[in-house]
Amino acid sequence: MSRLNETNTKSAREIIARYPRPKSALIPLLHLSQEQNGYITREAMQHLGELVGVTSAEVYGTATFYEMFKFEPVGKYLINICGTLSCALMGANELMHHAEKKLGVNAGGTTSDGMFTLAHAECQAACTEAPTLQVNYRYRLRVTPTDLDNLIDNLRDNKLKDEFPPHGVLAKVQQVIPADRAVGTKDPEDVNESPAWLDGKAAL
Amino acid sequence: MSKTYVHAPGFVAGDRPKIVTSRFEFADSYTLERYLATDGYKGLRAALARPANEVHDDVKSATVLGRGGAGFPAGVKWGLTPQQVWPRYLVVNGDESEPGTYKDRLLMERDPHQLIEGCLIACYAAGLSQCFLYIRGEMAVAQERMAAALNEAYVAGYIGKNILGSKFSVDIILHWGAGAYVVGEETALIESLEGNRGMPRLKPPFFPAANGLYGQPTIVNNVETLANLPWLLNHGVAAYTAIGTKTSPGTRMVAVSGHVKRPGVYEIVNGTTTFRDLIYGQEFSGGIRDGNALKAFVPGGGSAPWFTPDQLDLPFEASQVGPAGSMLGSGAVMVMDETTDIPAAALTLTHFYAHESCGKCTPCREGGTWLERILRRVVDGDGTDADLQQLLEVGAMICPGAFPHAANEELGLKAVPFPYKMTTICFVGPSAFAPVHSALTLFRSEFEARVKKRVNIPVTAVGVSA
Repeated sequence: MSRLNETNTKSAREIIARYPRPKSALIPLLHLSQEQNGYITREAMQHLGELVGVTSAEVYGTATFYEMFKFEPVGKYLINICGTLSCALMGANELMHHAEKKLGVNAGGTTSDGMFTLAHAECQAACTEAPTLQVNYRYRLRVTPTDLDNLIDNLRDNKLKDEFPPHGVLAKVQQVIPADRAVGTKDPEDVNESPAWLDGKAAL
Repeated sequence: MSKTYVHAPGFVAGDRPKIVTSRFEFADSYTLERYLATDGYKGLRAALARPANEVHDDVKSATVLGRGGAGFPAGVKWGLTPQQVWPRYLVVNGDESEPGTYKDRLLMERDPHQLIEGCLIACYAAGLSQCFLYIRGEMAVAQERMAAALNEAYVAGYIGKNILGSKFSVDIILHWGAGAYVVGEETALIESLEGNRGMPRLKPPFFPAANGLYGQPTIVNNVETLANLPWLLNHGVAAYTAIGTKTSPGTRMVAVSGHVKRPGVYEIVNGTTTFRDLIYGQEFSGGIRDGNALKAFVPGGGSAPWFTPDQLDLPFEASQVGPAGSMLGSGAVMVMDETTDIPAAALTLTHFYAHESCGKCTPCREGGTWLERILRRVVDGDGTDADLQQLLEVGAMICPGAFPHAANEELGLKAVPFPYKMTTICFVGPSAFAPVHSALTLFRSEFEARVKKRVNIPVTAVGVSA
């Protein structure tokens, strides 16, 4: 079950075909795998290695560099509370303590019902809206302890499932390149002429 | 008149020229329909109606500065590619994650077509045959908006084969990361795009324009830089350079966060707006919260050495902020008022850089961690006076020599201009030390108040009898 299923293998092949070299597709494929299984498994890395033509050790090497890939199950909702300067100045520590109390786990932990994983995060690029948090990489801004309580209660009651898809699902819209519009790509070794439009004349 | 919009949280519009935020007032600004109704893809048409080299010359003569941090002019960067080496690639750096920075995500979420059009103009002008749009992994909504916009633009004939019926053809591939700050460094970004661990490459070669993705000439441009191009091509060089100063034309997006009355993201006129305007101006952040006094501010993202109130009247202009001892970086001002616990504030930033060190260069991997560990025990009240000296010594291993800092009359400091000397490949190492150095130089008494006096432990050298 942790190899990509048939539909995802098909998407994976489409994604690979967009790059001049297959290994470039590795991070998008790891996301696809995490979307399917919730985290990255050994078998998944084996399969991705087969798809892009590298060893599973190389896939592991890449995957472990990046914070977002998880190698053990995490909660359905991953709550990342930002603690970098702008958020820290606006009460991020207090917010984290409050979340720890509310969920009954420490930062880094998962609740026993598997619903929530709480984590300390680094700058989330919403600094003017501090303190911020992300639930499965979707924002909540200027969060007060009361907001946080309501958020957790609503997530637990399944009231926000449209706004926050389960952990692993990132963008709900994927790029689709129509076959009749695609330029396509080649390995750079196989190209040595300049692009057609660099002939010194206007393109239109 | 300042205006805010529910659909663009953080953004504050004012009576100032708008180059990249002109559509933010519309709730549906990310749709193709709205884009076309508001001059969308006109810049592309104007570009395609002229030979590619002329478009490149326009970007050069308009001096469109890179908005990612280094401030290198885009037109010059495009010209660094070696002759007759093909193919060449464009990689868009949308891995915004410098502490304090909030602009590229807004531009991607609110106006994705503007970025697409900018990418197309860059590819046309510089002869780049494929474009990779690398968005930070943790930005799910930006990825969705960009994907939807790319899909619309492909179907409408703006991307792909024979764009608008011309001989110009290029694909834009949406790519996304998975959480690693260092990937914002352009050679690390390329490594990541090749499917590897995102570690910066050894230099030289200094510029990916010479040797980048798959060893080919590659232009790496920031999101905001490219977002300027549609307006430039549509309105012309003269209109662009009429805004801002000679050395920094156009506008810039700046985020002001921290202890101000109204934190916000503003598109400001480049080069003339001062930090005082940004922090105290009524059309900007409106002063310090609760009428408190300003203690210090970070002028250009977490990596930048700090400024104190003496520097408030400096304009937001690289040629003045650099010699004053800091940098503009990615357009992020973080403000700390008199209630700020300075050692703790420095710790959050040092923790960030220590955590984000990729581990390639020893001074950053080990030194960053040491800085964090020592600083943490000082903050926790377990440090000794020797720790303060130790912090400076560890920092000197990462950045030897005089460290950039601003002039400060009270402390008798002369300005030491930015940039640093460094023992690492990229700026993550020096960035871990910047907050420590600034905090310790400017607010040493706050550290001293927290440390215990060291009790000397007599040490006997090994093998020597006492």
